[in-house]
Amino acid sequence: MKSHVLSNLRSLEAESIYIFREVAAEMARPCLLFSGGKDSTVMLSIARKAFAPAKIPFPIMHIDTGLNFPEVLAYRDRWVKELGLQLIVASVPDAMERGVVQEEPNGSRNRIQTPVLLEAVEKHGFDALFGGARRDEEKARAKERVFSFRDEFGQWDPKNQRPELWSLYNSRVHKGQSIRVFPLSNWTELDIWTYIAAESVEIADLYFAAEREVITRDGMLYMVNEFTPKKNGEKSERRHVRYRTIGDANLTAAVDSEADTLEKIVAEIGAVRITERGATRGDDRVSETSMEDRKREGYF
Amino acid sequence: MPGAEPARPPGRRETDLLRLATAGSVDDGKSTLIGRLLFDSKTLFIDQLAAVERVSRERGHDFTDLALLTDGLRAEREQGITIDVAYRFFATPKRRFIIADTPGHIQYTRNMVTGASTADVAVLLLDARRGITEQSRRHAFIASLLGVPHILLCVNKMDLVDWSEDAFESIREEFVEFATRLRVRDLSFTPISALHGDNVVMQSTNMPWYDGLPLLRHLERLYVASDRNLVDVRFPIQYVIRPQSHTVIDYRGYAGTVASGVLKPGDPVMVLPSGLETTIESIETADGPVDEAYPPMAVTVQLIDHLDISRGDMLCRPHNVPTVAQEIDAQVCWMDESATMTKGAKYAIKHTTRWARALVRDIAYRIDVNTLHRVEGIDALALNEIGRVQLRTTQPLFVDTYQDNRQTGSFILVDERSNKTVGAGVIGRATVAA
Repeated sequence: MKSHVLSNLRSLEAESIYIFREVAAEMARPCLLFSGGKDSTVMLSIARKAFAPAKIPFPIMHIDTGLNFPEVLAYRDRWVKELGLQLIVASVPDAMERGVVQEEPNGSRNRIQTPVLLEAVEKHGFDALFGGARRDEEKARAKERVFSFRDEFGQWDPKNQRPELWSLYNSRVHKGQSIRVFPLSNWTELDIWTYIAAESVEIADLYFAAEREVITRDGMLYMVNEFTPKKNGEKSERRHVRYRTIGDANLTAAVDSEADTLEKIVAEIGAVRITERGATRGDDRVSETSMEDRKREGYF
Repeated sequence: MPGAEPARPPGRRETDLLRLATAGSVDDGKSTLIGRLLFDSKTLFIDQLAAVERVSRERGHDFTDLALLTDGLRAEREQGITIDVAYRFFATPKRRFIIADTPGHIQYTRNMVTGASTADVAVLLLDARRGITEQSRRHAFIASLLGVPHILLCVNKMDLVDWSEDAFESIREEFVEFATRLRVRDLSFTPISALHGDNVVMQSTNMPWYDGLPLLRHLERLYVASDRNLVDVRFPIQYVIRPQSHTVIDYRGYAGTVASGVLKPGDPVMVLPSGLETTIESIETADGPVDEAYPPMAVTVQLIDHLDISRGDMLCRPHNVPTVAQEIDAQVCWMDESATMTKGAKYAIKHTTRWARALVRDIAYRIDVNTLHRVEGIDALALNEIGRVQLRTTQPLFVDTYQDNRQTGSFILVDERSNKTVGAGVIGRATVAA
């Protein structure tokens, strides 16, 4: 007799599919935030499954900070073409030119992408935005709902979250308000990689280890390129590195790795003892509560 | 260290997923226990631990406060309390776990209700020195109300009662006696010391008299397959897939997640509310057709006949149908801090994939969650109160008792002005008998 027990990955996938369908059924104008990273790639491949054989019934949006790894943009465009998606690009450099936002002194565009995102949401009238955030990434995210309510200003109020029971999601909003939806809430980094390997999901090349020219800055490894050029006195070296996360090219660090296949990446992630954000993000080390603060302002 | 093996490469035997809810207060050692589970299963990362150690030092604590790991919100860290449900994850080579970590205090009853709603097992923690308290009784009641199939009582701080078998046994006896008043399918007890790690992951050498499994081993082996309802076919239609394309013509698929039962191609089905009967032609997924679908699979069903079916309808078997009801008898936990639930009030109600409106016809009684006594003669339910309520809905709902079916036996109530989720309900026998 069959056991009728779904495996971990299939349970997680089924939960994500359910979430996609629920939003598509109940919301007027959903949109999927796509960064080109592994999480949004998994999100997109599950969205495809949720509506097959029909196309994904909503557009995808990329918040273009102007600091993308060029490989990631090319990769994004391949997905758009293959799935026949509508792509909306909200550009941070364009918003800087229009005076909507200003470059921050430290060069991070993490904070200033929030107004750009909110402007695009308003312009297109989106009432639901899918994001690839996971609860295992960060403490504030561990407390966020799958359907995360945002007011007219896009703000998250952690003390005033809607209780979320069973799989009965409450998507009701007034005009101008919206929900952020996190279909991968219950996935871990290892689940993501195991899924990518099991499903042979195509992901950006930067995730695979290769010999790259890097410099060491604040104990982190940055690839030498137009975004992080060598400064005076810095010495570069060639090392086998890969990216555990892919964010802005000026802030995302690489890690030493020999993992040049999906199987090796899964094995590596299964053995690491440092979080992906701790290992690779200059922007998340700011304070204990920086993620909560950014989310309150409307960030993902 | 146990559980520290590297991840299994894909293709080998797959692990399953167990959802657990923990309840207990910081004083009971809950954070220490969770910290130990995360640490011993290799899920706690070096940089997370370093951050927690740093903050603990800055606050002048003599020990590393593992509660800081789970208390993620500013207000929680400032006040040193857990306010909200936190979701934590860990895995062993045998199983993947999702912990819904809920605060223990009575003013956060709604958070525990939330965490328990999806749990396969509730891990309730108490302090061996204090024995069974009102709080432990409340936690057990909520777990049983929310239909958590397995309750595991961890008697913590055994080191502080000299690892005494008598202390453990007297707690066990008292709790078993109390639990006869609850609906608990599987109740077990483990004497532990979260601080020293006894019976958490490794068998304790301090308590040779205990012949059961350590907590983690118990959780790894817990048999949950039979907890799912594989008998009553219930398939709420979630979304109708009709591709507007040149390549896929005349396709009409009913997408949804199997709430209970096993569906197979060729099975006769009845569609609710129409009552029309037809046959399942095929069950599809993006990865191809499947020969059966069971909970919680998300699939797309194609039927032999073209019928008028939309979201909120339900497929079931012709000789095994849910109750079609507009009069609902339920236990409701009230979750709104700004207003009480009152007789005569109207709310939006969501049940499976169906929205309707509900009128509160009567509130029969409130349950004192500490003593389990009924308080009658009331006309409102306040925040965190649980009571028995009669509702009338604008549209029929296709319901089973919560005891039979957690999916078709549950609903939420939503305030129509604020859109906040204000109540959670579990459907009782009277609805189905009516």
